[in-house]
Amino acid sequence: MTNASHEVAKGPHHASGAAPSALSAHSIVKRFPGVLANDSVDFDVLPGEVHTLLGENGAGKSTLAAMLCGLYQPDSGYITRNGERIALSSPRAGLHHGIAMVHQHFRLVERFTVAENVILGSRDLSYKLNRSELEDKVAAVADSYGLPIEPGATVGELSVGQRQRVEIVKALYQGAEILLLDEPTAVLVPAEVEKLFENVHAMTRAGKSIVFISHKLGEVVEISDRVTVLRNGRVTGHVSGRGAADTKELARLMVGRDIELTTQRASHATGHEVLQIRDLSLTVNGVSVLSDISFNVHAGEMVGIAGVAGNGQRELADTIAGLISPTSGSVAISGSLTTDRGPIHARELGLAYVPEDRLGMGLVPSMSILDNLLLTRDRHIVVDRTTVRPEAARLIEQFEIKANGPDHVARKLSGGNAQKVLLARELSGGRTATKLLVVCSPTRGLDVGAIETVRALLDDARSAGQAILLISEDLDEVMSLSDRIFVLYRGSVVYETPGESAQLSTVGAAMAGLQPEGKS
Amino acid sequence: MNGNIWVLASADSVAIATTLILAALGALFTERAGVLNLGIEGILLTSAISSFLAADSSGSIWLGLIVGSLVGALLAGIHAVLSVVLRANQIVAGLALVIFGTGLANFLGKPAEGKTVTTIIKPLSFGPLSDIPLIGPIVFRQDPITYASIVIAIVSSLYLFRSRPGLELRATGDDPATVDAQGLSVASIRIRYTLFGGLLVGLGGSWLMLAQSAAWHQAATTNGVGWIALALVVFAGWRPMRLIFGAILFGFTLQLPFTLQAEQITFIPSALMQMLPYLATLIALIALSRPSTRNKLGAPKSLGIPFVRDER
Ligand SMILES: Nc1ncnc2c1ncn2[C@@H]1O[C@H](COP(=O)(O)OP(=O)(O)OP(=O)(O)O)[C@@H](O)[C@H]1O
Ligand SMILES: [Mg+2]
Repeated sequence: MTNASHEVAKGPHHASGAAPSALSAHSIVKRFPGVLANDSVDFDVLPGEVHTLLGENGAGKSTLAAMLCGLYQPDSGYITRNGERIALSSPRAGLHHGIAMVHQHFRLVERFTVAENVILGSRDLSYKLNRSELEDKVAAVADSYGLPIEPGATVGELSVGQRQRVEIVKALYQGAEILLLDEPTAVLVPAEVEKLFENVHAMTRAGKSIVFISHKLGEVVEISDRVTVLRNGRVTGHVSGRGAADTKELARLMVGRDIELTTQRASHATGHEVLQIRDLSLTVNGVSVLSDISFNVHAGEMVGIAGVAGNGQRELADTIAGLISPTSGSVAISGSLTTDRGPIHARELGLAYVPEDRLGMGLVPSMSILDNLLLTRDRHIVVDRTTVRPEAARLIEQFEIKANGPDHVARKLSGGNAQKVLLARELSGGRTATKLLVVCSPTRGLDVGAIETVRALLDDARSAGQAILLISEDLDEVMSLSDRIFVLYRGSVVYETPGESAQLSTVGAAMAGLQPEGKS
Repeated sequence: MNGNIWVLASADSVAIATTLILAALGALFTERAGVLNLGIEGILLTSAISSFLAADSSGSIWLGLIVGSLVGALLAGIHAVLSVVLRANQIVAGLALVIFGTGLANFLGKPAEGKTVTTIIKPLSFGPLSDIPLIGPIVFRQDPITYASIVIAIVSSLYLFRSRPGLELRATGDDPATVDAQGLSVASIRIRYTLFGGLLVGLGGSWLMLAQSAAWHQAATTNGVGWIALALVVFAGWRPMRLIFGAILFGFTLQLPFTLQAEQITFIPSALMQMLPYLATLIALIALSRPSTRNKLGAPKSLGIPFVRDER
C-alpha cells in the first residue's frame, strides 16, 4: 500500500475522541448450547475508520458480526447507531440502518448476473425489471467507488475476488454506511488482496466504516486504524492507530503466548521416491483440467503446489487419492500403481489425505468427532468406540479443538475447529502407517496458534520420513515450508523452483499466469 | 386413413394438455421456490371430486372451479406446513399427501361414483374461425380454461424472468441463504408459492373433472396425470414456455392409444402406448437423481432441501 493512501484514509475523525461512533455494541452476551460465544463484548466503529476484530478460531468474531448486522440477536446487551439505540431484529433491519455484512461464504446466486445479484432484495425497484437499465444503475454505483465490475456477467463464472467485489457493490448499492467484512482475504491471492485494500480505502475516504475480520496479522497491521482482540468470547486487548501494533504483539494478545511459525526445510538428504506422477492428464467434459504433470515426492520431503484456486489443484489431489481416474498417465505410491484402483487401495499403500472441502469430503457433518475419527481407524463389524475414545480425547487436547468432547457433532464446530479435527485424524495415522501425506489448504481459516501447531506437525511428519504434498493457495505457507515448489496454472506446471531460493514475486507472477523468466 | 380423426386427435391433445399445463405450472412455481411437492396426483384427485360435488350441488361450473382450486391450495398448505414450517423430509411428506389425497377423494366420491355432472364446461365457438379446416378445431374450438391455461403459462414466464418478485422466487429456489441475508423471509416465500402452486393444480383437477371427464370415477379420473406433470416440469427445464409445448406433446401421447384404436392400427399394442407417459416420468426421476444432470437441466439448486439459517 502506498503512503498516500494511508494519509487520505486517516480522516479527521481519528483526531478527536468526541466523534460519535457510527455503530457500537454494548455489553453484548451471546450463548449457544454449551458455549458462551460472546461474553459482555464492547465494540465500536467510527465513520471513515477500519476497525479490525482479531481472534482465534471460535473466539466469537463471526458471532459478534452476525449480531451487528441483525442475523443473530444478542441474549443481553444492546447496539447503538450514531449514539441512538437500535433494534436489529433481522438482516433487513440492519440494511435499513445502513449496516451490511459480506459473509465468509458469499451470499450470491451463481446463476444470476452481477446486476441481478446486486438488486436482489431491493424494495425501491419497480415491479417490472428492465435489464439494461438495471445494469447501468449498478455500474454507476460501482464506478463511483472505482470498483470495476461487469454487470451483465454471470456470477458463477467470476473469480473469487470478483465475486467479493460484487458483494461489496451490493452492500453499497443498498446504501450501506457500515460494512462488516468476515475474513475477506481468506480466499484471495496477494494481488486481489491489494485490490480489496484499495477498495477499502476508497470506501473509508467516502466516510464509510469498515469492520474487518481476519487471522492474517500482516494484513491486520496494514489495514487497521484500530484492532480489538477477542479470546474465548471476551475482549482481551485493544490497539489504536494505524501501524501501532506489530504482528508479534497481536499474536500474543490473540493466543496469550508467543508464537513461532515454523519456516523449516528438510536439512537432511531426502530418501527414496514415495509418490511418482507420470504424464498425468485429465479431461472433464471435454475441458482439459490437468495436462502432462510429472513429478516425484521423496520420503522426508515436502513438495508445495502453489496456485490460484481452480487451476487443477483439487483434481490433482483427488487423482492421487484414487478418487478420480486420470485420462492418461499414472500415479504410483511406493512403486505400486494406484491409478484406477480406488481410494481404499491408495490408503492401504500408506496415503493420508486432507481434502480441501472439510465438511463435504473430509468429515461427516452429522457425526461426532469420535465417529469421524473411527472412519479411518475401525475395521470391525461391530463399531468399537471404547478403544478410540481416549485417543479422540487426546487429539482434542493436542490440537486445542474447542468442543464439548469426543461426542461433539462435527457440524456444530466453528470453521477452524472442523479443520483441526480433520487434520488431527489424518496426521495421527490410520490403519496403515502413513507414507504419503497429501494436504490441501491445511491452515485455511485457522488462527496463528493453530497454524503453529499444524506447521509443527507437518514438519514432524517430514522428519519422520513421510513424503508430503502440500497444496495451498496460501503462498506464504507454501514458500516457508516446501523443499520444492511447483506452480499450477490452468492444469499445467508452469514454474518450478527449490524452496530456499524461491522469490515471492516470481512465484506470484507464475500463479497469475505471467511467464517467469524461464523454468529453473 | 381418415384425416378428420387426426385433426380431432390434435384438438384433443391440446385439450388434455390443459390439466397438464395447470398442474405442471403449479409444480413449477412450488419447485422454483425450492419445495418439491410430489403430492400433485393426490391434490388433483381431491380437487376434482370437490369441484364435482360443488358444481353438482350448486349447478354452477364456476363455483366448482373455485372450490376445486381452493381445495388444491388447502392440500398444498398441508405440504407447506410439513416441509417448510416443520422441515420434514419433502419426499416423504409429498408421498403422504398422495395417499391422503387419494383416500380423501375416494371417501368424498363414494356417493358420486359413476355420476355425471349436469353442466360441463363447453368449448367456445368463434364463428367462421372455428370452421377453418384443420386450424379451426385445434385453435378456435377450445374451452375458456384451455385458453386461460396458455395465457397463465405465458404470464408466468414473464413473471418469473422479467419481474422483481420473480427474481426473488428464483433466488429462493437456488440459494435460500442469500435470500435470507437480504432480509427476505424464505419461509414466507416458500409457503406462498406452495399455496399458489396448489391453487393451479386444483384448477387443473377441477377442469379435468368438469370439462373432460364429466363423470366421477375414482380410479380413472386423473389416471396418473399428476405424476406426468412432475416429469413435464423436469423436461421443460423449469421454464413455463417450454412447458406449454411439452404438455401438448404429452397430451398427444396420452390420447394416441384411442386414436390408433379408432384407426384400427393395432400393430402397436395399446398397453405399450399407455405406458409411455409413465416411462417418461421414470426417466425424469432418474435424470433428477443425478446431481450433474439436475444441474444441466436447470433444476433449482436447493430443490427439496429445507432451509435452516443456523445450519453449517
Ligand atoms: N449457530 C451456532 N450454533 C452453535 N454454536 C455456535 C453457532 N455459531 C457459533 N457457535 C459457537 O460459538 C463459538 C464462536 O464461533 P464463531 O463462529 O463466532 O467463531 P469465529 O471467531 O468466527 O471463529 P473462526 O475464526 O473459526 O471463524 C464457537 O465455539 C462456535 O462453535
Ligand atoms: Mg468466523
